[in-house]
Amino acid sequence: MADVVLKNVQKSFGRARVIHGVDLDIRDGEFVVFVGPSGCGKSTLLRLIAGLEDITGGDLFIGGERVTELPPAKRGIAMVFQSYALYPHMSVYDNMAFGLELAKSSKQEIDQRVREAARMLQIENLLDRKPRQLSGGQRQRVAIGRAIVRDPKVFLFDEPLSNLDAALRVQTRIEIAKLHTDTRATMIYVTHDQVEAMTLADRIVVLNAGRIEQVGSPLELYHRPANLFVAGFIGSPQMNFIECQVAGVGPDEVLVHLPNGSSVAVPVAPDGVQPGETLTLGVRPDHVQVSSRGPLTGRVELVEELGENHLLYVETGQGSRITVREPGDARHEAGSTVTLDLAPEFCHLFKTSGEALPARNRAAGSALSSPSRMTSSIA
Amino acid sequence: MKHATRIGFWLLVIAIGLFSLFPFYYAVISSFRSGTALFSVAYFPESFDLSNYVAVFERQPFGQNILNSIIVAGSVVALSLALGITAAYAFGRIAFRGRSLLLFTILGVSMFPQVAVLSGMFELIRSFGLYNTLPGLILANLMLTLPFTVWVLTTFMRELPKEIEEAAFVDGATPWIVVRRVFLPLMMPAAVTTGLLAFIVAWNEFLFALTFTLTNEQRTVPPAIALMSGRTAYELPWGSIMAASVIVTLPIIALVLVFQRKIVAGLTAGAVKG
Amino acid sequence: MSQSVATGIAPVQSVARGRRSSLTRSRIRAAWTFIAPTVIVLALIAGWPLARTIWFSFTDASLNNLNDYEFIGFENYLASYGGEWFGLLTDPDWWHAVWNTVWFALVSVSIETVLGTVVALILNAAFPGRGIMRAVILIPWAIPTVVSAKMWNWMLHDQFGVINDMLLNLGLIAAPITWTANPDTALWTVVMVDVWKTTPFMALLILAALQMLPGDIYEAARVDGVHPVKVFFRVTLPLIRPALLVAVIFRALDALRVFDLIYVLTANSRDTMSMSVYARQQLVDFQEVGVGSAASTLIFLIIALLVVITMVAGRVRFGEEAR
Repeated sequence: MADVVLKNVQKSFGRARVIHGVDLDIRDGEFVVFVGPSGCGKSTLLRLIAGLEDITGGDLFIGGERVTELPPAKRGIAMVFQSYALYPHMSVYDNMAFGLELAKSSKQEIDQRVREAARMLQIENLLDRKPRQLSGGQRQRVAIGRAIVRDPKVFLFDEPLSNLDAALRVQTRIEIAKLHTDTRATMIYVTHDQVEAMTLADRIVVLNAGRIEQVGSPLELYHRPANLFVAGFIGSPQMNFIECQVAGVGPDEVLVHLPNGSSVAVPVAPDGVQPGETLTLGVRPDHVQVSSRGPLTGRVELVEELGENHLLYVETGQGSRITVREPGDARHEAGSTVTLDLAPEFCHLFKTSGEALPARNRAAGSALSSPSRMTSSIA
Repeated sequence: MKHATRIGFWLLVIAIGLFSLFPFYYAVISSFRSGTALFSVAYFPESFDLSNYVAVFERQPFGQNILNSIIVAGSVVALSLALGITAAYAFGRIAFRGRSLLLFTILGVSMFPQVAVLSGMFELIRSFGLYNTLPGLILANLMLTLPFTVWVLTTFMRELPKEIEEAAFVDGATPWIVVRRVFLPLMMPAAVTTGLLAFIVAWNEFLFALTFTLTNEQRTVPPAIALMSGRTAYELPWGSIMAASVIVTLPIIALVLVFQRKIVAGLTAGAVKG
Repeated sequence: MSQSVATGIAPVQSVARGRRSSLTRSRIRAAWTFIAPTVIVLALIAGWPLARTIWFSFTDASLNNLNDYEFIGFENYLASYGGEWFGLLTDPDWWHAVWNTVWFALVSVSIETVLGTVVALILNAAFPGRGIMRAVILIPWAIPTVVSAKMWNWMLHDQFGVINDMLLNLGLIAAPITWTANPDTALWTVVMVDVWKTTPFMALLILAALQMLPGDIYEAARVDGVHPVKVFFRVTLPLIRPALLVAVIFRALDALRVFDLIYVLTANSRDTMSMSVYARQQLVDFQEVGVGSAASTLIFLIIALLVVITMVAGRVRFGEEAR
């Protein structure tokens, strides 16, 4: 069991810098998920922690020990790869035993640990098979088993579920969560799948272009995104963004004018914005409702029925489009004109730099929309 | 019209087949005819006379020649593969400065005309005291097989997934263990392919074998056949030469028929990708 | 398929400057350890002999005593005594050998390319027995050169040869031809045997390229009703050209080094002597290590020049593709 500390970790490939000085404290026993668009450096960061890539600058500590230059095997980590990376010519048993064998463990100890891990993952009946005789899900279990056998201080997962089909993905996700509960080991998990990130993580690290955008619990990121990038990246369908102008500033709220002239008072700290300044207003599709009155009107372009809820894509003039999510079946048809109301307490304001104005009176737990509703409809 | 195309196509196929096979077929027929029978042309087998085969082994140490060829080709294959697989791991999977230059230099060696090293190699082999010995031939043949062995194995090595190697590093393997325990078993099909090509090259090699051996007992098969002579200098023992040709060609044909796909894969990996 | 000589090397990953973990360091150390044996062996059996050959070409060394020689500069190549020129570059036999080699390379590789393409196109068509045909055409390639030369020698025998017999029976010739001894036919004979032996190699490389072509372009052409011959010249040929070029270059380099076939088929005959045969004759038969090495060095330079041109051209083409 160990904490993982990154201090100003940098990585360059030749002249191209892909990780720009990352600072991160991962607590002992924590489940941390790295998310971000492809090419953001999340896998590279994981490989730096694993020791599979050289750290160009900065330092890495695992369990208090500086491991920046140590080879992977001496860092007390185990890694589960996207492609499983099982040794094709070895049986499942040998795959799991290989690391211990290289560490010169006794035959008896190897046998005991392999069988224990196999029992835990219910793959005892597969121990004599070769990887090619296994299904994708079974291979994934063996890959996890190989990691468990090493009894690592830190588990590293590199998009471990992306090669599985949807049903298996959910099942394996639950097993990984259970593995974390059982072992209480530190786990670092890379994924591009928001559902995996939201459901598994104690804390999510959002990466973009080699930098950390925000670190926080799943609901913290959802309800209080620190900037435009995180606001747009977390949540599906994406948050609506409307350009607006500051009309007035109060101690606990900012009044903004929308492009059509209507105004909204958003309960956020002004943080130094001046009237006349251009901001971006963000509001999630769940927090926009079709109503008899409201600040926005537009024509419904498209209706998507999802069963438990439905999406309306509303064109509000000047080419801007607002997505609305409402429960149940749609009551509006494409082509009809609707008025939209926003819940000001769920609106976010972002400066042109992208930074969010700090929200007031907004506890993550007291959200009107339940998180389960949000996650269940993520593609 | 369509019929004519089909017939034309099949005629072409048959012509290619005949052209490819006829010389060997004719050698087989001739090898079973002896004495004056040889001095008339026959298109079909008419006798089954083994005296040529007997003569091949009686008039010269042909059994010894075959054994020499097997020893030389076998050793060359073993050495080329042993050196080639370790080198291919380094070239295929590790980024180090000077890698491309070195790999191209090695590829360049495979373009060397054999005759360009002949006098230098002659001196080298003599100074090692290996003139007219099999180890001398093995050493010389490595120049022909090692470069393309490294090259073909490198192209195969590059196709193995990177994550398997990384998993082994996480498991605590050293580069040497990765090669021996993880990649060697995975490279077996590629090694068989490359080994076959190296075997054929060494089995067929003529210039070195001709120049670096002196006595019949030390010769490999190709110079033995090329230098086969009859009772008089002007009369070549065609029957025996054909018999010897059939004997040394049969194992090669068997290899080709059995490993056809692997050989083609190796040729194209070395040439098209190379 | 379009990868050429120069493009086989894709950088696995660039070497990062700065600090290296012990994994990277141990891998780089391992790389050099793993490569060292191969490099040492090749330096010993290829680099050193080549250097010695070049050195010998500037000496008057003789084969029966390789330790006793003197440096004589370029005299093996070109020297003048009292207004008369001597040396390799004035030897008509050498220039004849150069001409023979170049002619042989040009003619045989051209024929092999055309025939190889035809054979590859046939093998690319689906017909029963295709697998057997592919194995059959591999047989000439696998037969040792010496053996195939001997087989053809026998078939081409002026008195008892089956070729003369066939042609006489068909009425194509009036009298037996001494194929390998007649200066008019000797080199053509060499070409024919080489074509027999090497066309399969060409065909297989071209076949590999053909099999990588997407099938739907042919279906599209068929739907459009384009004549098959036109399809070949307008679609197939441009697509397989890179692979064809690589195969032709490989073969040409091979043909310029030709030794076994000519040596066994026609012995040291001046009419067919190639550069390699000439060099070996000087070296071994005449014991003239100096002159022989000079010839060897020139052969090496000619081929090295071609290789360098090929590699540079290959790299340039790769650069264009990458854009």
